[in-house]
This record gives sequence, structure tokens and C-alpha cells, in this order.
Amino acid sequence: MADEARAWREEKVAVDGTSLIVERGGAGRPVLVLHDELGNPGWLKWTRALATRRTILIPLHPGFGRTERAEWMLSIRDLAGFYSRYVKEKGLAPVDAIGFSMGGWIAADMAASNPTQFRKLVLVAPAGIRPPTGDILDIFQVMAPQQVIASVYSPANTPEFGELYGGPMLPEQFEKFEEARAQTARLAWTPYMHNPTLPRLLGVAAGLPTLIVWGKQDAIVPVSTAEAYRQAIGGARVVTFDNCGHRPEIEKSAEFVREVEAFLGE
Amino acid sequence: MHIMYFTERPYRHVPNDEVIKNGFFGIPNKHFDAGKGSQLLNEYLDEKVLAEQVGFDGVMLNEHHDTAFCMGSVMNVEAAILARITERVKIVLLGNPLPVVGNPLRLAEELSMIDMISRGRLVAGWVRGAGSEQFATNANPGYNREYFNEAHDLVVQAWTRPGPWRYEGKHFHYRFVDPWALPIQKPHPPIWIPGLLSPETVIWCAQHRYPYIALATFLEPTVELWNIYRDAAAKEGYQVGSENFGYLQKVFVAETEEKARDLAKWDMFGGAGIGYSLFGKPQWMFPPGYNSKEATRRVARQFSDPNSSAGSPFANATTGRGSNGASVAESQIDFRTGVWQEQQIDVEATRKQIFETFPQVERSLQVICGTPRSVIPKIRKVLEVLRPGIFGFWQNDGPISAEARTTNIRLIAEEVLPATREIGKELGLVSPFDVQPGSRKLPDSGVPESVGSLAPLAS
Repeated sequence: MADEARAWREEKVAVDGTSLIVERGGAGRPVLVLHDELGNPGWLKWTRALATRRTILIPLHPGFGRTERAEWMLSIRDLAGFYSRYVKEKGLAPVDAIGFSMGGWIAADMAASNPTQFRKLVLVAPAGIRPPTGDILDIFQVMAPQQVIASVYSPANTPEFGELYGGPMLPEQFEKFEEARAQTARLAWTPYMHNPTLPRLLGVAAGLPTLIVWGKQDAIVPVSTAEAYRQAIGGARVVTFDNCGHRPEIEKSAEFVREVEAFLGE
Repeated sequence: MHIMYFTERPYRHVPNDEVIKNGFFGIPNKHFDAGKGSQLLNEYLDEKVLAEQVGFDGVMLNEHHDTAFCMGSVMNVEAAILARITERVKIVLLGNPLPVVGNPLRLAEELSMIDMISRGRLVAGWVRGAGSEQFATNANPGYNREYFNEAHDLVVQAWTRPGPWRYEGKHFHYRFVDPWALPIQKPHPPIWIPGLLSPETVIWCAQHRYPYIALATFLEPTVELWNIYRDAAAKEGYQVGSENFGYLQKVFVAETEEKARDLAKWDMFGGAGIGYSLFGKPQWMFPPGYNSKEATRRVARQFSDPNSSAGSPFANATTGRGSNGASVAESQIDFRTGVWQEQQIDVEATRKQIFETFPQVERSLQVICGTPRSVIPKIRKVLEVLRPGIFGFWQNDGPISAEARTTNIRLIAEEVLPATREIGKELGLVSPFDVQPGSRKLPDSGVPESVGSLAPLAS
């Protein structure tokens, strides 16, 4: 653990007047990680594994707790534009990126606006496109604990889920979730968790090497959306995991790392 | 003192079991019969006319959405009718839910028309809307406070600033503002703000010199809030008086104590103020971003303490593996099967529990009930403590028959209302129609005087 504590650090980056907090670790070509609507859960098995050969950058979205809210942001487009600026100003482009759920939507929106800022893109159960069948779970009509519970298929078989969320929920944790959920509402309340024009806008990203990862039993964003994403981004490839919910990086950690490493390469 | 009449106008035919199972919001509307609704809406309008005839100074309306507790889904419709069929009473709207209305310019027009039709009897008021109303109208709860402030400023401007002009705000945009509907009261109708004791709102009222109306809140914290208003007013350079404050009091009267109590206990299923466990499911009452950080902190404590959420279907979900007997896995099974949504509550036991709470509610003066004679000293106590310039009789919530409702109004009007008015005079309680709120000078010492006091409770 001592080595890890040295390896991972936190930096503050000024982007458009916002002091963006970025968690940074590992070594090698950078990978930009865009976290989901519950906030960054911390360093997990998959990040530790990937960090052995890549530098991992996890910016904490403005308004999700640590990084202060930027009041001008009203939509996912605004947040995507903010990160495009971060990528450009830090000289990261073309960067590899992995986006989870709402973070996947942010990444997709960035690709729709300027695909050349990415080298390779991994979208993990991204929101952003309305599912062809089924609905995105309305996380605003459940409390945070239900939202967390709905995110994996089999918590009993997922020790890392227990490590993250087991035991009584402390008030501090609840408040953090509420902060993340409030900012998610500000950005994605309506149309709920998607942009109706995104499938068309993604046409420009055809040819961008893209891996779409999904759990077949996803109870937050239905797996049917994977095919919609594949069609929207010409040349994209889909990988699905059975007996897996919305968070394959936790629930199928080893398989997830294998797929991502194979796709991203060195 | 300004004395008004208020009822939530419940849809009285909803099965009580459904109320217990669902609470304030989310009862499926298959239980709503428009024929019965038609009858009720007309009865409630007639009641307002009766309230005017028997001597009330004002009739108060409110608005809620998707709930059996209050049939005023669009209060301005009722207000417009009352503007025409009443002659003397103030039409007090507490309040229009600014953040959920969506089109504040149209709201300004509607209220101007009501003010003109009533020949200047409108009192406008604003609320943020209950948490559930953000869902019912799809208003983003994360911007609730921003919508409120911006819509308020826009409505007041639309009433007072000669058009045409263009408006480009953060959340609202109008290319041509030039309404040909303006309030007859100048510069605009009085604005009063009702609430359940949010300090943020109270301070905002003091800054705007708007009277604050506490909605049947507990007396002790209400006095505390009066003092917060007092201090914020002093910062603005004025001394508060009774004209800055209003209070809504639940009062039920009947020919006998027993009969009054029998009616009043059904109020436990009526309007607000009976605890969130019954008032509504938490996911609907606390949407993300709707609450201030302070309020969220309170909810967080409640939610993460398994002991405080006894009886809540959500208790299990907040506990993880190995604690409190419920594991994440079990909760997840509940989630998948929808069990947690259905709330596995024992309807009979809950009903019993609700009725058993009633004596407590009566002791704390949250509900005053009895014969006209026996309720007057209790009302005096409330007036002595809070010294409000606006006093609302809140009554007739719950499944109470039309006949019993009318009797209640008549009995109050015959004895209780005149006595209340006398007590108000004796205590020097002036209304915002007697003294302009914010017009009193601070004492030379600069230290503001209090309006409310807990001392009378001790006697």
C-alpha cells in the first residue's frame, strides 16, 4: 500500500477558471478516465492493473463533490467542451479515453464534436443514446442506495462491490452521492440521460477505434443501447459480459482489464 | 388582524388504504373519478363564498400536483372564478409554485387578470413546490432555487416595467415583453410567502419585505424563525411588526368535544405536517439538488441511521452486508422484484399508529379542536406566542362530509372568529393592510425588538 500511496497523487489543473482536481497514477501513455454519475469510487482493481503500463488521469467532474461546481455548465455538451479544453491545454491529444455510464456520454459527445482529440475510445455502458428497447433507469426516482444496488447484477459474487459499498452507509457517503446526483440532474434531467441527436452527431466519429463494453444484465442503461452505439460510430466493436450489470469494471474486473488492454495496446 | 379561511380541498373519496400505502404523491389516478371531482370542486368554491358571507377577511388557496390531498392543480383557475363570484374577501394565493410553472410571463398575465377581475383583491405568493412537484411537472430540481429567484424577478418586472422590452436570463428568455394584462393594484399586488421554516426563505422574505406565513409549524421553532426574520430585517434597516408574520392554525369545531375530535383526527391523513413517513416517499420528497446542503445533511443523517428509519422500506437498502440483518444482496433482490417500491407496510397497524399520534398533535396545539368555547383560549395562546398579523383557519382536511365541513365553518364564524378578532385587537396585532411591512423604524438603540415570545407558553 505504501508504494501505491506514493504512486497515486492528486493534482489541480486550471481549466477555464475552474480548479479541476485530477487523480493521477501509473506510468506510460496517458489514459483519460471519465467517471460515472455517482462520482469517482477511488482506485480499483482495474485501475491498479492498467496503471502498470499506463498513466491514468481521472478528473473529478465539477460539481460532483471535490471539484467546485461551474455554474455556467447546463448540459453534458458543456462538460464535454470543458474536457476538450483540458485535453487540448494539457497537450494530451490524441488521447486514449475510457468513459463510464454518464462519463461515457461525455466522451461520446467529445468524439461527436472532435474525434481527432482521441486515439482510442472505450465506452462502458454509456448513457447518451435512448435505448432502442427498454428505458434508462430513472435514478432520480430512487434514492442513492437503490441506485448503487441496481448497478451490479450479483453483489454477492462481487467482493469489490462489498468493499466499496458494504456496511452501513455513512452520512458523509450519502451526502457525496447526493452532491453527484444533484449535479447529474442539472446536466441530464431532460431529455433524461440522453441527447436525441447524438446518434447522428456521432457519424463524424466513424473510423475512430472504439470499444463498447456492456453487461448483458445492465439494470441502469439497457444493453440494447450497445447496438445503437455500434451503428452510430462506424467501425466500433461491442463486447458484452454475461451475468454482469452496469459496472463490468467491478463485476468482471479481470475480463474487463484483458479486453481494455488488448484494445488499447501499449 | 387579517383572518382567512383555508382548506387543502382534498379528493375525499380516495381509499384510505391507498393514502397509507402511498402517502402524499403517487397514488394511481385510477382512483380518481372526474364526476366526484366535479362535485367536490364546486363544493369547495361554494365554501369560499360562504366564508366571505360569514365574515372571513380572506380566502386562501394553494396548489399541489398529482395528489389526492389537494385538488388545486391549477390554483389560478379557482382564483379566477373566486375573483368573480366573491365581492369582498382577499384572494390569497399561497402560493404559485414559481419553479414548476415553466412560463413566468404567462403567470404574470394570469395573476394580473385575477387582480383586475377581482377589482384589486389579489394577494400573490410564491412557493418552491414540494419535491414531488418537480417530478409531476418535470422541473429540474437542481435549479429549483435559481428558477424561483429568476421567475420572481421576472414576474415583478412584467408587472411594473413599461413594455415592450426584451428579456434574456439564465433560465428564461422572452423576445417581447409587453403584457396587456397588468395588476390594478400598484405597483403590484401584495406578495406573501408561505413556508415550513426554511431559514433561507425567511431571510429572503425579510430582504424583500414580504410577510412570511408559517404553515401550522411547531411553535418553538416558529418563534426562532421570527427572530431570524427580525435580524435580517434589521440588516435591511427596519423593525419587524406583526404585519411581517402570518400563521396557519388547524382548528376544528363541532357541537361537542367528542364530535370535534372525531373530525379532527382525520386531519392526520390530510395536509402536510405529519411526518415524512406518511407525507411521501423519500425519493419523491427529496429529489437531487432540491434541498440546500444543510437540509441534505439532515436527510443524510436520517437515512444512514437504521434506527431512525424504522418502518421505512428503504431502511434495508441503506445497510450493507453483515449489518442490521439486511445485506446488499437481499436489498438487491427487493429492488429487482419491485418490493421496495411497494412498501411492505401493515396498513392496519399504520392506521392505528397514525390515530395514536393524535393526542400528541393536539397537546402541541398543532391541531386545536373542540366546541367553539373551548378552542378560543387555545387560539389566544397561539396568538400570544406568535403575534401574527395574518391568521389563517386551516380546516376540513381528510374525508369529512360536506355537511360537517359547513357546520365547522359556521360555528367558527359565529363565535370563534369574532373572539379571535377581539384578541387580535387587544394584542395590537396589525395586518399588512394596516401597516406597510418594512415601514417601521428601528429603535434608536439599533437593536430590533422581537415579535414572538415563548413566555406565554409557560403560563
